[in-house]
Amino acid sequence: MSSLVRRGPTPDMLLLDPRGVPVSFRLSRSAVLLTVVAAMAAVAVATASLTLGVYPISVSDAIGIVGGGGSLIERDVVLGDRLPRALTGLGVGAAFALSGAILQRIAANPLVSPDVIGINSGAAMGALTVLLVVGGGGLQLVTGALAGALLAAVMIVLIAYRRGLHGFRLVLVGIGVAAMLSSAISYLLTRSDIHRAMSAAAWLTGSLANRSSLHVTIIALALAVTVPALVVGSRHLRLLELGDDLTRTLTGAGQGRKVALLLLAVVLAAMATAAAGPIGFVALVAPQITRRLLAERQVGLAPSAAVGALLVVGADLAGRLIFAPSEMPVGVLTAILGAPALLYLLARAHRIGAAG
Amino acid sequence: MTSQPAPATASVSVTTEQLSLGYGSSVIVDQVTTSLPAGRITAIVGPNGCGKSTLLRGLARLLPPQHGRVHLDGTELTTMPPRTLARTLGLLPQQPIAPDGITVADLVGRGRHPHQRWFRQWSADDEQAVAAAMAATGVDQLAESPIDELSGGQRQRVWIALALAQDPDVMLLDEPTTFLDLAHQIDVLDLLASLNRRLGRTIVLVLHDLNMASRYAHHLVAMREGRLVTSGPPSEVVTPEVVRDVFGVEATVITDPVAGTPLVLPHRSVDTEADR
Amino acid sequence: MAATAPERPSDVPSAPARAVVAGSGLLRGGWTRMLGLAVAVALLVAVTLGSVLLGTLPVGLSDVVGALTGPPDSDVERAVRYIRIPRTATGLLAGTALGVAGAVMQGLTRNPLAGPGVLGVNAGAALAVVLAMVGLGITTAAGYVWFAFAGAAVAAVFVYLLGSLGLGGATPVKLALAGSAFTALLGAITTMITLRDASTMDDFRYWVVGSLTRSDGEALTAVAPLIAVGVVVAAGLTRALNALALGDDLARSLGTRLWIDRTVGALAVVLLAGGATAIAGPIGFIGLVVPHVARMVAGPDYRWVLAWTAVLAPTLLLVADVLGRVLVRPEQLQVGIITGLAGAPFFLYLVRNRKVVGT
Repeated sequence: MSSLVRRGPTPDMLLLDPRGVPVSFRLSRSAVLLTVVAAMAAVAVATASLTLGVYPISVSDAIGIVGGGGSLIERDVVLGDRLPRALTGLGVGAAFALSGAILQRIAANPLVSPDVIGINSGAAMGALTVLLVVGGGGLQLVTGALAGALLAAVMIVLIAYRRGLHGFRLVLVGIGVAAMLSSAISYLLTRSDIHRAMSAAAWLTGSLANRSSLHVTIIALALAVTVPALVVGSRHLRLLELGDDLTRTLTGAGQGRKVALLLLAVVLAAMATAAAGPIGFVALVAPQITRRLLAERQVGLAPSAAVGALLVVGADLAGRLIFAPSEMPVGVLTAILGAPALLYLLARAHRIGAAG
Repeated sequence: MTSQPAPATASVSVTTEQLSLGYGSSVIVDQVTTSLPAGRITAIVGPNGCGKSTLLRGLARLLPPQHGRVHLDGTELTTMPPRTLARTLGLLPQQPIAPDGITVADLVGRGRHPHQRWFRQWSADDEQAVAAAMAATGVDQLAESPIDELSGGQRQRVWIALALAQDPDVMLLDEPTTFLDLAHQIDVLDLLASLNRRLGRTIVLVLHDLNMASRYAHHLVAMREGRLVTSGPPSEVVTPEVVRDVFGVEATVITDPVAGTPLVLPHRSVDTEADR
Repeated sequence: MAATAPERPSDVPSAPARAVVAGSGLLRGGWTRMLGLAVAVALLVAVTLGSVLLGTLPVGLSDVVGALTGPPDSDVERAVRYIRIPRTATGLLAGTALGVAGAVMQGLTRNPLAGPGVLGVNAGAALAVVLAMVGLGITTAAGYVWFAFAGAAVAAVFVYLLGSLGLGGATPVKLALAGSAFTALLGAITTMITLRDASTMDDFRYWVVGSLTRSDGEALTAVAPLIAVGVVVAAGLTRALNALALGDDLARSLGTRLWIDRTVGALAVVLLAGGATAIAGPIGFIGLVVPHVARMVAGPDYRWVLAWTAVLAPTLLLVADVLGRVLVRPEQLQVGIITGLAGAPFFLYLVRNRKVVGT
């Protein structure tokens, strides 16, 4: 091993420890491998999505178009439609996966995710209120989604908090809140004219169709803000699995950090919902896949994000190709694939209260 | 050659002053004022529901005081900055949660958290401290074993090693022997006694077995219904009158022929309400 | 000194979770409960009357009598006969059916958080209706009633089976999650189909919100016998449900044949929940909430729980419906929205305050 990298305390661990500087980072070999592989696969699928579809374009042409060439139609298809779609998909997949990974740690429960506990419903409610009642779009939509998600999260935490934020109670409260929001959303749909209701219903499934640079910006901003915070905060996430008492003793602090991490998860889910609608199951399944693939007990934030990105762009591409010339919204595909995955997890869950 | 954690430079005393603790509007620990000696083993004893675990949690700053104060060597607990607190107090909770499949080395390593930062995630100090803690608790041979495969006694040793790796001045243990069979109970208590002798840490533990407590502790704190009944060395505290008052049991107290400490031989329980 | 068990912090779940909360309820003793039940029935009658009389169109008792005796002579009498009375009848039938179904589900699964909405039964019905609308072009209530019924049945069985898998069986959380996942899955498929064209969407978005206005006499007379059978079967199960509440082992030793009871119970649930969803669309929380109210009033004995639920549930549903008519005059708020918005807080209250949760 070089003077930079050396073996860590456990077989899977590598230490990035430059001599002379009191800085060190732990890296898991398996996590790094998974992240790289999944990220490369995601980029590959995204690149493929630029070339495939109703209007096929070769890879070299696509690259050329991104670089600045190509005909007007080609540029419109690739740069105006497919590229924002791919970028949004990558970002949204990563954001949902991160949100789910954080929530699963906080709740110590593998069956928790922003869609299950109603955060996505809150964001959807907020966004729909803006869409249908106020008639706004763009920035107003984002604000609506953020406000809705935060309100839902506050409500859920307040109700579920009872000497601590226990996983099972969080899940049940989340389901209750989600049901309430679902009623409210149905109400909104019945009160609007049919065309607005249709576009709202389409949005509610989660879709990457008609994405623009606005959506890309939204999700890029979300990631830019939250990822650095996560680099600092993932240490605390790892500690949570030891239980509340030990976490408090080992940090000397109260629930503040947990709440901050919860907030990060909510913001990620809200912004992702604003960018692509409430795509279901990615937040639940991506961290679980990651967990099962990693060698040791990792929080696995980076690999989860990569897996999430891969899932979303993959599902989107499948939705476009399998049902050509019409499209199946990505949310439908993730639900059709993800719900059985959740049910499988349920069947295998022995103790739902455990750290999973 | 085994490395040892360094002996505490100066032992830390724990005192409480009119401490009241509870959840919501209920009061579970009621105005307890007591002083736990530095560098010694203190056992908190009492019947079920007397508040001994709650008192320990108050000492660990897991519960904010409803009234009163806790001092660690003169410093008030609530004023201590988080990082300092984490380096001062080590805890073994009542039912510690061991994540599935975690190895001993990994778990003990978690105890180093208060000494690490997000940019300094593992240093040579950490490695040394973990090795020393595992050696001191006798689990170094089990470093790669998953914790699920260990016996109850071994598991408790691992949790103690985690607390030790924190390098704390005070170790707080909440009913560390309750679910163990006799051999493992002795095992763990012997370990704590030896750690106390060699390293001079202040140890406070909640024990439900009065005879074990009087055998291993230097100082006893006896509670009933949230109040402090009496405190002091076992020879003073473990008397038939105290046993009747605190536990509601009519007993004879003799001197243990092996350990030389008081030994309680219960006759029968008394209807304490009628006797009062 | 012998070792004694340590104090357990009260918010640590103990396994296995006993879902049915012990306690004898507000009213104790057979006579008090009987009396209370009579009062509840009187209340139901009053509410039923109110449901017929109240609303956007002012209706008097004479109009009601006129509508029932002989062919309707005026607009008001027509409104009473063809709108108000079917609406009220739907409320009575669906309310009773949903409440009793919920009570049986809670008893069968020993799970206080069970109910036809929570467990995805509504989603199954919704998908079946959509398939009828799209695949077979059926747009009338009498037409798709049977599909809703079948879809609800399939979903109920499926979710229950799924929730029972794995160690620990059908714990509250697992069952709720299974229902939630199933609802999401079916919802996605449903949306996919309804997004095809505007008219399907238009039909469907109103159907998916439960309402008492969509069934006519024909649909009601078709479904009512099935609901009646379901109630009778459920009533016959009360002894078994009481035994089941003690836990499988104890129930077996008391002589109940578990699998028979569970199958019969499932049949009752399917008839009831399916029938209710068929005539009124998906209405949430009645089946979840009312059995708890009944338990709070009359104690955990399922004979009383069922009796009280059968009376209270339609009362609540009709009250919700009347509120929907009256609150936002001249518009109307569908009953499904009201129960969703009002029932969920009660569900949350249950989760928060009762020690209902276990692994």
